[in-house]
Amino acid sequence: MAWFRRDKEGITTPTTEKKETPEGLWYKCPECNTVVTSEDFEANLWVCAECQYHEKVGPEEYFKFLFDGGKYKELDPNLYSADPLEFEDKKKYADRVKDTMEKTKLKDAIKTAHGKLDKKDIVIACMDFKFIGGSMGSVVGEKIARAIEFARKKKYPFIMISKSGGARMMEGAFSLMQMAKTSARLAQLAEAKVPYISILTNPTTGGVTASFAMLGDFNIAEPKALIGFAGPRVVKETIGKDLPEGFQTSEFVLEKGFLDFIVQRNEMKQKLALLLNMLKK
Amino acid sequence: MVTTYLDFEEPIKELVDQINQAKEISEKSDVDMKKTLTELNTKLAKTTKEIYDNLTPWERVQVSRHPERPYTLAYIEAFTGGNFIELFGDRNVKDDKAMVGGFGLMDGESVMFIGQQKGVNTKLRQYRNFGMANPEGYRKALRLMKLAEKFNKPIVTLIDTPGAYPGLEAEERGQGEAIAKNLLEMVQLKVPVICVVIGEGASGGALGIGIGDKVLMMENTWYSVISPESCSSILWRSWDFKVDAAKALKLTAEDMLKNKLIDGVIKEPLGGAHANPEEAFKLVKSEIKKHLKVLKKDSPKKRIDARIKKFAGMGVYNSK
Ligand SMILES: [Zn+2]
Repeated sequence: MAWFRRDKEGITTPTTEKKETPEGLWYKCPECNTVVTSEDFEANLWVCAECQYHEKVGPEEYFKFLFDGGKYKELDPNLYSADPLEFEDKKKYADRVKDTMEKTKLKDAIKTAHGKLDKKDIVIACMDFKFIGGSMGSVVGEKIARAIEFARKKKYPFIMISKSGGARMMEGAFSLMQMAKTSARLAQLAEAKVPYISILTNPTTGGVTASFAMLGDFNIAEPKALIGFAGPRVVKETIGKDLPEGFQTSEFVLEKGFLDFIVQRNEMKQKLALLLNMLKK
Repeated sequence: MVTTYLDFEEPIKELVDQINQAKEISEKSDVDMKKTLTELNTKLAKTTKEIYDNLTPWERVQVSRHPERPYTLAYIEAFTGGNFIELFGDRNVKDDKAMVGGFGLMDGESVMFIGQQKGVNTKLRQYRNFGMANPEGYRKALRLMKLAEKFNKPIVTLIDTPGAYPGLEAEERGQGEAIAKNLLEMVQLKVPVICVVIGEGASGGALGIGIGDKVLMMENTWYSVISPESCSSILWRSWDFKVDAAKALKLTAEDMLKNKLIDGVIKEPLGGAHANPEEAFKLVKSEIKKHLKVLKKDSPKKRIDARIKKFAGMGVYNSK
């Protein structure tokens, strides 16, 4: 039981989420097939009460239960993707971005915000898997970099919730350099001794893992998230045999020494508050 | 002498064959081939120039992977005249043969050289893991960089990798963390850092030793977030679109400079670095020395601030 109280308004689900459940009223867990009402599912922070499967959710959901009273101010809400390479595969990247923006009502694969967590100022950046697989292009990199800068100048702790398939190929080397950009800003944040907590959620792979996601003062993860540099399919092809059970899960990554701890979503806020409280001067 | 020719180098091969025949004739008989040879050589230079001036992005990728193209240790050997002490190991797990490094004396100045190393023959290619480093390779690279920093020596990295190794043990030992740590640390190195892409610059595996005050690419190299083949397989869902992917990714040195993602392009000898390695070594060395001379004049703080500003400024986006 969490010690904090969630606002009743704080747990309303956006309509886009409801559409994904059958008839808009029920949620069926893909892991154990347990069916619950959407309302109960939301109340349990989109985690299956039966098997603890943590459903993928986006910034709005995380912001609502992490920020006190679900209240926050979004930072840089107006950035959206350009098409620096005029990239075209089977589809033009510019069209892909436009269509995705219309379909998801999102600007890109991330939102950054400032608010209070347990009455203390905090900056949270959270990726959104619904937008081109949470891929990192210039907008994602820039918004993270700006959020870090904001946190550094204000001396507010910074929390990064990663959820990404990796780099956005359609931005080529621009996307690659977002790893350098975010790491450069994190170096400055560390220099200023401002706490940085990296939360890895399902999935966190590729260039995101190989940059900011692994650079927290604390690297923590939700249970059973897929976390890795190379994706499981690529690793399997490389070694030419089946992967061991549980490979690249949060629990595996913790055992290998790359996570500080694993946290259930319904204990996340409490743990963050406690940890940040311990770091206070 | 070059023995492997790429598809598009066929006209070059034909002329070289003709030249060799003419030489043989003049050696074995009294026929004077001087004029013929001069003409053929002129034609060879002209043809080579024409071909190399008009390489497509995919053709450049092929040149960057030419089996006779010089690799990292050959550059270091040439830069230092053999005054190089290779340093091994990450002090933790093992020595990664895909990542090499050590102190070298370049015209009297100590420099820390680090780079991915590919093998020069079938056996060595395996030994070097095709230039794909494991986490311990990146950690070894970082160890050597910190060593250079301690003794106030500049760092030169030579990038040539098809990617960080995507193996099971690489994942177990934290490939992502190893690369991430290098990015964070390289940004803050107090000594001058110059990075040169001498072959393939594939994704995080390249960037893991690629944060420098000056990042340069040789003329016939590529640098991007993914290889054209993998990009084709993911975005086109087929391996057959590597030529299109190479073009779409804007991965050539020229495009990278135009997009301000690198700081300079280093010319290659006529016909590519593999056609005249000695000349390639000279050209790269002179660029490195030129930049080092300038960089050394700045204070560490100024260099670090400029480095952060440069990488933090990369990216193109809209705002409304
Ligand atoms: Zn379940």
